[in-house]
Amino acid sequence: MALLTIENLSLGYEGREILKGVSFRVNAGDYLCIVGENGSGKTTLMKAILGLRPPLGGAILPGDGLKRSEIGYLPQQTEAQRDFPATAWEVVTSGLLNRGGWRPFLTKEEKKIARGALATLGVADLEKRCYRELSGGQQQRVLLARALCATRRLLLLDEPVAGLDPGAAGEMYDLVDKLHASGITIIMITHDLDAVLPRATHVLHVGEDVFFGDVREYMESGRVSRFGRGEEA
Amino acid sequence: MTWFFETLGSYFAYPFVRYATVAVILIALCASLLGVPLVLKRFSFIGDGLSHVAFGAMAVAAVLNTAEKTFFPELFEKIGQTPLVLLLTMAAAILLLRTGQNTKIKGDAVVAMISVGALAFGYLLLHLFPTSSNITGDVCSTLFGSTSILTLTRADVVFSAVMALLVAIVFLFFYRKIFSVTFDEDFSRATGTRAGAYNLLIAVVTAVVIVMAMNLVGSLLISALVVFPALSAMRIFKSFRAVTICAAVLSVAAAAVGILISLLAVTPTGATIVAVDGIVFLLFSLAGLIRGGTRA
Ligand SMILES: Nc1ncnc2c1ncn2[C@@H]1O[C@H](COP(=O)(O)OP(=O)(O)OP(=O)(O)O)[C@@H](O)[C@H]1O
Ligand SMILES: [Mg+2]
Repeated sequence: MALLTIENLSLGYEGREILKGVSFRVNAGDYLCIVGENGSGKTTLMKAILGLRPPLGGAILPGDGLKRSEIGYLPQQTEAQRDFPATAWEVVTSGLLNRGGWRPFLTKEEKKIARGALATLGVADLEKRCYRELSGGQQQRVLLARALCATRRLLLLDEPVAGLDPGAAGEMYDLVDKLHASGITIIMITHDLDAVLPRATHVLHVGEDVFFGDVREYMESGRVSRFGRGEEA
Repeated sequence: MTWFFETLGSYFAYPFVRYATVAVILIALCASLLGVPLVLKRFSFIGDGLSHVAFGAMAVAAVLNTAEKTFFPELFEKIGQTPLVLLLTMAAAILLLRTGQNTKIKGDAVVAMISVGALAFGYLLLHLFPTSSNITGDVCSTLFGSTSILTLTRADVVFSAVMALLVAIVFLFFYRKIFSVTFDEDFSRATGTRAGAYNLLIAVVTAVVIVMAMNLVGSLLISALVVFPALSAMRIFKSFRAVTICAAVLSVAAAAVGILISLLAVTPTGATIVAVDGIVFLLFSLAGLIRGGTRA
């Protein structure tokens, strides 16, 4: 059964449509990458899937008993204000809240998960640092660690490698592969087709004409040369 | 020095001075706890707007109470006017939060409209239906607080203490959720935290704190009590937990010092506490500058 079914979805701001007639399915175990030009509506689509923006029309149907509290999310940018006092640790552990429970304090188990996530992203030593004083790439890793803490079945990533150095980007992709192999469903927005296409199972191309299919169909559709490589040039 | 202790001793011999001191410190504690998320969410102005609404509510309550006093004197004896004011202010808080979110008029404009409107309406009401011969005095003490905390009744103190305890418990219990919703509302909503419910909680608690603090510092000075400790703490500390704890400690200390000064120097309590809070803010800003300077 599909984890997510999107039916004839249209999205927009204040009545202005930016996407319409989008339909696709995500099954458990898929690795879907969403591509398209800047401003084509990828982020908007992801926010609609997460229930942050109401759709103008159509439907987003979770299936297979998927609950909001089983989803991890890495936003494209966080509007964390310049003067917000928070340590990396506080940010990462906020990803654990959806595990339920009414305790005001972290359990041993939860601390272990958070430490693990920080270590996985190679930022264990930043734990006590102030979030707003980290570099852009370090902030991105901390937010990824937070997403890891929240993920149990589905992980949505909005341009996860933006701001990471090439080495870190490679590690990031390997990490997502590992999560995917462990049974977590991945939806990733990316402009980095060269790196992601060999790893993904499905592609959604948003824009003037919407394409959805598996990676092989996408390669054969001829869009890769038109969009993917073309954009980098 | 002996004069100092003798004067204080003679004041604290009265039970109502002790009650009032306890109430003031509890209120300061709540206001500072609440201040941290409000300042960080850029909602400082909501506290200010609500305090004006509370002033209007007070006027409405005063007028209604005149009627109530005439027709149901026993009922008035029992509950006083605070619950009615609280109810009206809570309604306004929820309204402000809702309209701030999804109307065409910008949030701050809505607050400005409602707060100035409530202020004018309240003043008008007090003039049309004077509740006592000294309107200017009444208005002044509603805006700037009772000139002396000694006018707080025992019922006021008990009510404040209970409310303060509730606010503190709510805060401790929901501390991490409040952090999450304040830091990144989208993320917490996306991953299953009911951010709307927590925003509502913050609005309701704000209303409670403001109505409690109104007897003490008056509606014009409440924002200071809410905002100053949080801002001071943020000059120095860089984690949410440290800022919360520091704001609470600062606020309690400033309230205690302010009360002592106001008893000794016979100054208005609310204004004195706010002045102490202001001085603390200046000191902390200075300390923050020096620290930042040496590190950079
Ligand atoms: N809050 C908003 N209000 C009004 N219009 C918006 C808002 N956010 C985005 N838009 C518009 O919606 C369109 C899609 O934006 P979106 O952020 O979804 O693009 P994107 O595909 O994620 O682009 P990018 O590759 O740059 O991240 C853009 O034309 C943008 O101008
Ligand atoms: Mg985007």
